[in-house]
Amino acid sequence: MTRAHSRGGEQPCQDCLVGFGADKIREDFPILWTKVHGKPLVYLDNAATTQKPQVVLDALTRYYTEENSNVHRGVHFLSQVATQAYESSRTRVRQFLNAAHDREIIFTRGTTEGINLVAQSYGRTHLRAGDEVIISAMEHHSNIVPWQMVCEEKRAHLKVIPINDAGELLLDEYERLLSDRTRLVSVVQVSNALGTVNPVSDIIGLAHSRGIPVLVDGAQAIPHLPVDVRALDCDFYAFSGHKLFGPTGIGVLYGKAARLEQMPPWQGGGDMILSVTFERTLYNSLPYKFEAGTPDMAGAVGLGATVDWLERLDWAAVHAHEQDLLEYGTRRLQEIPGLRLVGTAPEKAGVLSFVLDGVHPHDVGTILDREGIAVRAGHHCAQPVMKRFGVPATVRASLALYNTRGEIDALVAGLHRVREMFR
Amino acid sequence: MSDLQDLYQEVILDHGRNPRNFRRIDRPTAEAEGLNPLCGDHFHVYLKLDGERIADVSFEGAGCAISKASASLMTSSLKGKTLAEARETFERFHKMVVEGDREQAKSLGKLAVLKGVCDFPTRVKCASLVWHTLQSALKGETQTTTE
Repeated sequence: MTRAHSRGGEQPCQDCLVGFGADKIREDFPILWTKVHGKPLVYLDNAATTQKPQVVLDALTRYYTEENSNVHRGVHFLSQVATQAYESSRTRVRQFLNAAHDREIIFTRGTTEGINLVAQSYGRTHLRAGDEVIISAMEHHSNIVPWQMVCEEKRAHLKVIPINDAGELLLDEYERLLSDRTRLVSVVQVSNALGTVNPVSDIIGLAHSRGIPVLVDGAQAIPHLPVDVRALDCDFYAFSGHKLFGPTGIGVLYGKAARLEQMPPWQGGGDMILSVTFERTLYNSLPYKFEAGTPDMAGAVGLGATVDWLERLDWAAVHAHEQDLLEYGTRRLQEIPGLRLVGTAPEKAGVLSFVLDGVHPHDVGTILDREGIAVRAGHHCAQPVMKRFGVPATVRASLALYNTRGEIDALVAGLHRVREMFR
Repeated sequence: MSDLQDLYQEVILDHGRNPRNFRRIDRPTAEAEGLNPLCGDHFHVYLKLDGERIADVSFEGAGCAISKASASLMTSSLKGKTLAEARETFERFHKMVVEGDREQAKSLGKLAVLKGVCDFPTRVKCASLVWHTLQSALKGETQTTTE
C-alpha cells in the first residue's frame, strides 16, 4: 500500500517496496552510518529535523551540476530545464497532498513562512478591531507569534483552546470559543512538544459550520501521517521539507484556490508580477503571486525527489513500525525510576517527551550526547506548553521511520547512566 | 566518559543539588535577571554592596546542574571581595571557561572545578549566564540574555 493508496482508491505502483524494514531503509541514509564521540549515531531529534536519503542528496547535486538556471525567465535551454524541474516538483507535491490544482501549492522557506504568509496576507485584510483568531495551547511559537503580531496591529484578540493533563485539546472549550468574531482557526496537527495527534477533521468541521477558515500546521504530522488536504477540507496547510527527509530552506503552503485568489501578495519583487510601471503593478496569478524573488529551486527539486522516495514506501508497514517504536519506547521509558512522560494522549505520533527527577534536561542531553545519542533538551519552541506542564524544559526523543528498537534500548541504557552520575 | 566525569565532578553535582546562597536579598543594592532563551535557564542575581566591597551576593532561579553550580560557586567566591577583585575573577573565569585557558584554574580556587566546561561548547553559556547577569546588575541593567 502506498501513501497515496492509503488515502484514496488508487492502485499501488508497480515498483513499490513491499513490506518495510527499518534496517533496510537505514541504508538509504549515509549520515546514519556515522559515529559521534566514537559511538554509532543514535539520531532521536527528528522533530527538529530529519536526515536525508541518498536519492535526495543526489537530486540536489544533479540539479546544481546539470540543470541550474533561473526559473520562469530565460528562453535558453537550461532555464527551461530548471523551470520544468521546479514545476514538476510542484505537481508531485500537489499529488502527494491530493490537492486539486498545482496553483494551490506555494513554495515557501518552511512552515514558519507559510503561517506568516497567511497571517500577513489573509490576516491583515480580514481582521478588524475586536475580531478573534483561535489557536491552541500546544502551538509551536511559529503558530503563536505571527498571530500575535497581526492581532496587535489590528487590535484583534488571540483565543487559546486549552488542553488537559494528558496533552489533549478540550474540544468543548474550543466550541465555546468559536464566535461570530472568529475570523480564523490555526491549529497544529501533531504537537512537536507532546506528540499529540489532534482531531483536525473535527476542528475544521466545527469551524466550517460557522463559515470560519482553518489553517493546519502540519510540520510534525506530515512525516508520520498520510495527509489528504481535500479529505481534511482545510483551507490552508503548511509544512517544511526538512522535517520530511527533504532539504532545508524549502516548504509548502497549500491553500484552497478560492481563498488564495482573494488574498493580496505579502512580498513584492520579481516573478510575482505581470507588469510593473512606476504608477501601477499588475500581480501575477497563483501560485507566483506568492513567490516573490528567485525561489529555492534546488530545494524544490530536492523536495520533489523526497516525495518520489516517500511514495515508494509501504506506508501501512511504516505506520505499524512507528507505532511499535512509540509503544515500545513509552513502555521502556516508564520502567526508569523518576521518569515522567510529558504528553500522554492516546493518539500520539513520533514524540517521547519526558523529565527525569533531579536532573535537568540539559544535563541529560549532554550525557546522552557522549553516548552518541542525539535528543533535544529544552522548551522546543513551545514555552506555553512547558508552563502548562509546570516544567522549564523537557528531554525530547523524537522518532522517524528509520529508528529501531535497538536505538530505544540505547536511549534507555543512556538514561540509566545519567541516573548513576546524578545518584 | 573521562571528560564527562571532568564536567560532572562531585563538587559540581553537590552545588547543583544544594546550591549555596540560594535566596533573595531584601533591599539589594543591585539586581538583575538572566535568561538563556535557548534552554529556558532563568536566574535572578541579588547584590548588596558596602562601599566597594560585596557584602552579600545571592541568586534564585532554575537551570541545569552546570548553571546552578556556577551560580552557587560564584556567589560563594565573590562574597567579601571588592568590585575590582570581582571583575578580575570574572575575567579569569571567562578565560578559563570560554577561551579554554586551563592555567587560570590555579588562581580561581573552588571555581576551578568548572574548567571542564570548555570541552563542551554547547554548555559554556550555562556556566557563564549567571556571571553575565551579575555584570548586568553592576552596570545597572535589569536584564541579560545569553544571546
